[in-house]
Amino acid sequence: MAIEQDSGPDLSIAMILEPVSAADWLVIAPVALPLIFGAVLLMLRHRTAIQPGLAVAALAILFAVDAGLLAHVWTGGSVVMTMGRWLPPFGISFVADMLGATLVATAGLVSLICGIFSISTVNSVGRRYGFYPFLLLMMAGVNGSFLTGDIFNLYVWFEVFLISSFGLIILGSGQRQIDGATKYAILNLVATTLFLIATGYLYGIFGTLNMADIARKAPELRGTAPLMTLATLYLVAFGMKAAAFPLNFWLPASYHTPRIVVAALFAGLLTKVGIYALLRTLVMLFPPERSVLSGIIIWLAIGTMLIGILGALAQSDIRRLLGFVVVSGIGFMLAGIGLGDAAGLAGTVVYAVHSMLVMTALYLLAGLMRRAGDSYSLNRLAGLYRTDPLMAAVALLLVFAAAGLPPGSGLWPKVMLVQASLGMGVWWLALAILITGLLTTLALGRVFVLAFWRASDAVDEEMAQNRETSRGAYAAVLVMCVPIVLIGVWPEPLIGAAQVAVDGLLNPATYIGAVFPVEAMQ
Amino acid sequence: METAFSAFVGVFFAVAVYLLLSKHIIRILLGAAILGNAVNLLIFTAGRLTREVPPIIPSDLPIPAEMTANPLPQALVLTAIVISFSFFAFLLVLTYRAYQELGTDNTEEMRVAEPVDDDMPPVGY
Repeated sequence: MAIEQDSGPDLSIAMILEPVSAADWLVIAPVALPLIFGAVLLMLRHRTAIQPGLAVAALAILFAVDAGLLAHVWTGGSVVMTMGRWLPPFGISFVADMLGATLVATAGLVSLICGIFSISTVNSVGRRYGFYPFLLLMMAGVNGSFLTGDIFNLYVWFEVFLISSFGLIILGSGQRQIDGATKYAILNLVATTLFLIATGYLYGIFGTLNMADIARKAPELRGTAPLMTLATLYLVAFGMKAAAFPLNFWLPASYHTPRIVVAALFAGLLTKVGIYALLRTLVMLFPPERSVLSGIIIWLAIGTMLIGILGALAQSDIRRLLGFVVVSGIGFMLAGIGLGDAAGLAGTVVYAVHSMLVMTALYLLAGLMRRAGDSYSLNRLAGLYRTDPLMAAVALLLVFAAAGLPPGSGLWPKVMLVQASLGMGVWWLALAILITGLLTTLALGRVFVLAFWRASDAVDEEMAQNRETSRGAYAAVLVMCVPIVLIGVWPEPLIGAAQVAVDGLLNPATYIGAVFPVEAMQ
Repeated sequence: METAFSAFVGVFFAVAVYLLLSKHIIRILLGAAILGNAVNLLIFTAGRLTREVPPIIPSDLPIPAEMTANPLPQALVLTAIVISFSFFAFLLVLTYRAYQELGTDNTEEMRVAEPVDDDMPPVGY
């Protein structure tokens, strides 16, 4: 060790000296860009006329960057960047592997579509209260969660998107919103605190917070350290974030209260971050502990699926109905985590992408239905097929996609999950998946039958006028159908990406090698 | 030292959980505040306790000359304090607004978003 008395110790041995290549900067861009644009929009919050254009342009750039990152990871493998040039585990690493990059790209698409939808649906009051800055800051938090390689940093990103989501959910301050937001805020705060408790214990055991470092050290410590406690705490904390039964009650209590575009964003993004964190912790860091918990996770998955969809069957308000469908979808993703083999986990990843797209599209469609029929209630909506056949076609497609019927994207993840559970001999899980699929067809099919097919005596001209005023919102939902059908008819690229992602989770050696390249070579 | 602190953290958690189980929002909030502090103490204790040796490296040495206090948990706790403080401030305002709007701080009576007598979907068509 070269210590020079004059200039102090030689710090270069603790630093990364090679400059970061331009393409590797992509890994930080999905977090940095929304933070910068969010700050700019915050400064321009009184200029409500230019905000939507600027925000949609920012979201379009963000999506382009996300797609670039996905392409970069697809061709060149995981991308790592460590902050402050300190060698990991001392600097905080950002790691874009296939799982993170796929989810970031999907989240970018969802936020862009919601941004376009919001142009005509969020009025100047909503803009002045900061809808767009909150939206971009939430995207920074969501993307940061998907990309960070440090578990305490993951907690910080959770809090970033949580506080932005608080801002979005109370936007407008209606009575119902405040009621829903109170429950949402307190229960989510408790969930993230549980996450922090688990992380405190983890630090006490491992003395490190870098996920690659934890994955590397876990096998040595397994004999002596209470890793089972850690895995269980993470299951409870992230299960609550993902709205898994029996910790799902905050979701149906709050997701129907904010503006429809906010609900669409939440349904598309937030619960999936919980699923992502479960994949990272249980599957990558603590696989033996996960296999001990696997029986419990499978029963939680079955409970989440069935309770969710039975709740949906009992609702007359479309938004509340969709809230329960979101919960039911979480059950499918948990099923793959419970199975824990490559096939089941790939099903979880594909289902997560499918659910992000379809749940957002369904909420946005509910917004259009509200515009056309002036209600969210199945008791009042009727005759939309006659006023708007195109919307009826879109609705039918989305119902098929959510229920898992072709040509929608929902078919393939369900096929993968049923195959995986039969392959492992867990026939009761396969049965629950199929029954839930049938009940989803009933619950959403009834929305279609009642709102679109039932005869109505309302005046048609007024409805046609409504449609004229919301052309941008209409186009957003149509655009959303493109990837949904594309995945439905050509699923190979997504399934291939999911298999690469799952391979990275099950064999963390590549992940560890990406973060610690020097030691991997020795 | 760590053992005593661990027991202390346990008492904090017990109090926080007891308050969180209440029906009244204001008690739930106090529970959340205590829960946040319990976690901060937990992280602090998890980093092992060392008294009166600040983690400062002399300018001519590459590593500290003796065992020092662990600076990382302090950085983590500082982050967690800032976050839990801002959340607590937000929740205070939110629940005060909820009390103004809904006229109650009893969670069992807060049924505006999920009415008890909500109508069922139509059975036929």
